[in-house]
Amino acid sequence: MKTRLKQGQKVQGAEIICECLLRAGVTVIFGYPGGANIPIYDALYKYPELRHILVRHEQGAAHAAEGYAWATGRPGVCFATSGPGATNLITGLADAMLDSIPMVCITGQVPSPLLGSDAFQEADILGMTLPVTKHNYLVTRADDIADVFAEAFYLAVAGRPGPVLIDITKDAQVDYAEFRYKENRDRLKKRLKLEATEEEIGQISSLLNEALRPLIVAGHGILLSGDGKTLLSVAEKQDIPVTLTQLGLSAIPHDHRLFMGMPGMHGNVAANRAPLETDVLLAVGMRFHDRVTSKVSAYAPQAKIIHIDIDPSEIGKNVMPHLGVVGDAKAVLGQLLPKLKSRKNPGWLKKFEAWKSEEQKKVFTRELLSPKLKSAQVIDEIARQTGFQATIVADVGQNQMYAARYYQYRKYNTHFTSGGLGTMGFALPAGMGAKLGDPGREVWIVIGDGGIQMTLQELATIVQEKTEVKIALLNNNYLGMVRQWQELFYKGNYSEVKLKNPNFQKLCEGFGISSLKAENLKETKEAINIARKSQGPFLIEFTVEAEENVFPMIPAGAGIGEMVVSLEELSKK
Amino acid sequence: MTRQLSNIIIWAENKTGVFFRILWLFRRKQFNIESATVGHSETPGITRFTITVAGNENQIANMVKQITKLVNVIKAETVATDMLVYRELALMKVAVKNSREKGDILRVIEHFRGRAINMAKNTVTIEVTGDENKIDAFYENMKDFAVLEFVRTGRTALFK
Repeated sequence: MKTRLKQGQKVQGAEIICECLLRAGVTVIFGYPGGANIPIYDALYKYPELRHILVRHEQGAAHAAEGYAWATGRPGVCFATSGPGATNLITGLADAMLDSIPMVCITGQVPSPLLGSDAFQEADILGMTLPVTKHNYLVTRADDIADVFAEAFYLAVAGRPGPVLIDITKDAQVDYAEFRYKENRDRLKKRLKLEATEEEIGQISSLLNEALRPLIVAGHGILLSGDGKTLLSVAEKQDIPVTLTQLGLSAIPHDHRLFMGMPGMHGNVAANRAPLETDVLLAVGMRFHDRVTSKVSAYAPQAKIIHIDIDPSEIGKNVMPHLGVVGDAKAVLGQLLPKLKSRKNPGWLKKFEAWKSEEQKKVFTRELLSPKLKSAQVIDEIARQTGFQATIVADVGQNQMYAARYYQYRKYNTHFTSGGLGTMGFALPAGMGAKLGDPGREVWIVIGDGGIQMTLQELATIVQEKTEVKIALLNNNYLGMVRQWQELFYKGNYSEVKLKNPNFQKLCEGFGISSLKAENLKETKEAINIARKSQGPFLIEFTVEAEENVFPMIPAGAGIGEMVVSLEELSKK
Repeated sequence: MTRQLSNIIIWAENKTGVFFRILWLFRRKQFNIESATVGHSETPGITRFTITVAGNENQIANMVKQITKLVNVIKAETVATDMLVYRELALMKVAVKNSREKGDILRVIEHFRGRAINMAKNTVTIEVTGDENKIDAFYENMKDFAVLEFVRTGRTALFK
C-alpha cells in the first residue's frame, strides 16, 4: 500500500483522516460536502487513491456504503457534514446496525468551542446515533484522530460487524498534529470468542450424531464469516437439510439437493414446516428474528436447539437454546466437521420433497405460468438470463419477497437486501455501492414503484459515476405489501396505498438512463436481454399485475404451523 | 418499598458519556433502574457502577451480555445478593418542635445506629447506613415526625 505520511509528520487533522482511510484499505467513499467537513474535502484533493462518490442525499451515501460493504466484505465509508448531513445518515446507520454491516461514517461537527451552543448546523449526532451504531466517537483534537480511526475500522468488522460513526469538530480537522498510527487493538481483541471449546464441540456433535430429524437454519453470519462451504460440508456429511434465512440466502447454492428454502413470514413451505418436526435444530449465524420464528412459543416445539452465534447477547435473547455456543460460524463449523459421523437420512429428506412439491403445485407453477405478467416471472427470467450468477440487490416489500423466492442463487454472497430494518429505498443506492465496490459483479437492483421514489435522486449519481447497474422496477402502482395486508386482513380497505406515479420512462430520459417498459412475458424476455447487452445503467419498468399477493404467508402473531400456502386456504380459515 | 432486586456491577472506562451509554441501554431494553451508585474503583481510570433493577434471571443475564458489548465497558456481571456486602446511605432532615420530640428522635437514631450530623435550632439532620430493609424501617419509624427532606443513595456493594 502506498502511504503518504511518515510517522511523526506534522500535518492538519483532515490529512490525517485521509491517511487513516488509505491505511484502512478504503478505496471508495460515499459522501456529501458541507460547511463542517470542507477541510476533509480539501485534504481529499491530495488523495486521488480515495475515490469519492458524490451522492445526492446522505441517506444514499449510507445505503451505498452498505452495498459496498456487502459486496467487498470491507467497511463502507461515508462522509457527511454536520447537522442535517449527519442526521440524514441515521436511517442507513440503523439499517446497518440491524443487518450487521460494517461501516464507518465520518461526520463534520461545528468547531469545539461552539459545541452545545446551538451553532449553525449543529446537531448532537453522538447522542442521536448512539442507539444505531456499534460505537461512536466525538473527536475534538487532531491528536486523537489516528487512534480513533484505527479503533473504528477494527470495531466495524470485529466480531459481529456494525456501523461506527466518528464525529469530528472542524477545529480538529484544521489543527496540526503529529501523525501517529498504530493498528494494535489488543485490548478489544481479547474480548472476542471466535472458537468453540472442545466440550462444546463434543456436545454439538453428540446431539447431531444422534438426531433423527436434524435441521439447519443458517443466516447472515455464514456470509459474514466469509464461507459457505464448511456449512455445506457439515450438511452433506449427515444429510442435514439446510434452510437459509433471508439474509443468509446464497450462502450455499440453491440448486443443491439439501437446500430447502427460506423460512419465515413469506418463506418456503418446507422451511416453515420442518421446524415443527425437527428434533435437533442447528441454528448458525442467525438470531431467531420474529419474521423467521413467527410466534416464538409455537416454533420448533420438539427440537433441541443448538445456537451458534458470534454475538454472546444473541444466545437466549429471542429463543432459549438447549445449547448456546459463542463463536464464528466458519470456525465452529470447521471444528465440528471432523467430529461428525457420516450419515444418510432418506426418510427425513423425503418429507421435504413432499413439501417442495406442494409449494411447486400451489404456488410456483401458478405464478410462473400466469397469463398476466407477474413479478415472479420477471425475477425468474432475470435468473435464467443471468445464469443464476448475478448479484441481486432487493428493496423492501413484495419485490423483496419475489427476489428472495424466485431467484435461484447459485453463486456465493449474491443476494443483498435490507432485512432487519426493512428500509424502502435501500436497493437503488445499495446496488450502486455494490457495483462500485466490486465492478466484476453483474448487479441487478429489484425495486418497487414505491421504494424507488424514496431514493430516486441517486439515479443521478449512478449516471454521473457511469455505474453499470441494471434496475428492475416492478411497477404495480401500489404499495404492494401494505395493499396485500389490507386486502387479506383489513377487509380490503385500500387506505393510502394507490400511487399515481410519474412517467418512469420520461424520468429515465431526464436522468439520462436508458430504459424500456415491459408489459408481458415476451417483452420481459426481450427487455432483459437488451438491458444486459447495453453498456451503462439500464432501467426496465415491468408493469406487473396490480393486485398480486405473495404466498405462502404466516399471518402476523400466528405460529409457523398456521402458514397458509394459497389464497384459497386463507379464505377457508 | 423495596422489591426483590438484582445487582449488576459494571466496571467501565472513566470517560465522557459512558454512564449515558449504560443508562441508555437499560432504557432501550425496558428496564427501570431502581438505584445506581457510581464512583471511582481501586484502579485509576476505571469507574465502578452498582445498579439494581427488577427483572427475572434470564432478562438480567441478557442485559449483562448487552452491557458487556459496550466498547467502554471492561466487565459487567450480575451477582446474587448473598455474595455481596452492601450498604445504602440515607440522609434525613427532620423538623424538631421541642426538646421532648428531640429526645424521641435521638432514640430512634440510636436504635438504627445512625448519627445526628447537624443540629440546627429547629431541625436535626441524620445519617443512617444499612441495607434497604433497614433504611425502609428507619423511614417508617421517622414518618411520625415532620420529615423535611429524605434522600438515599441506593445500593453500593463489594464482593464478600
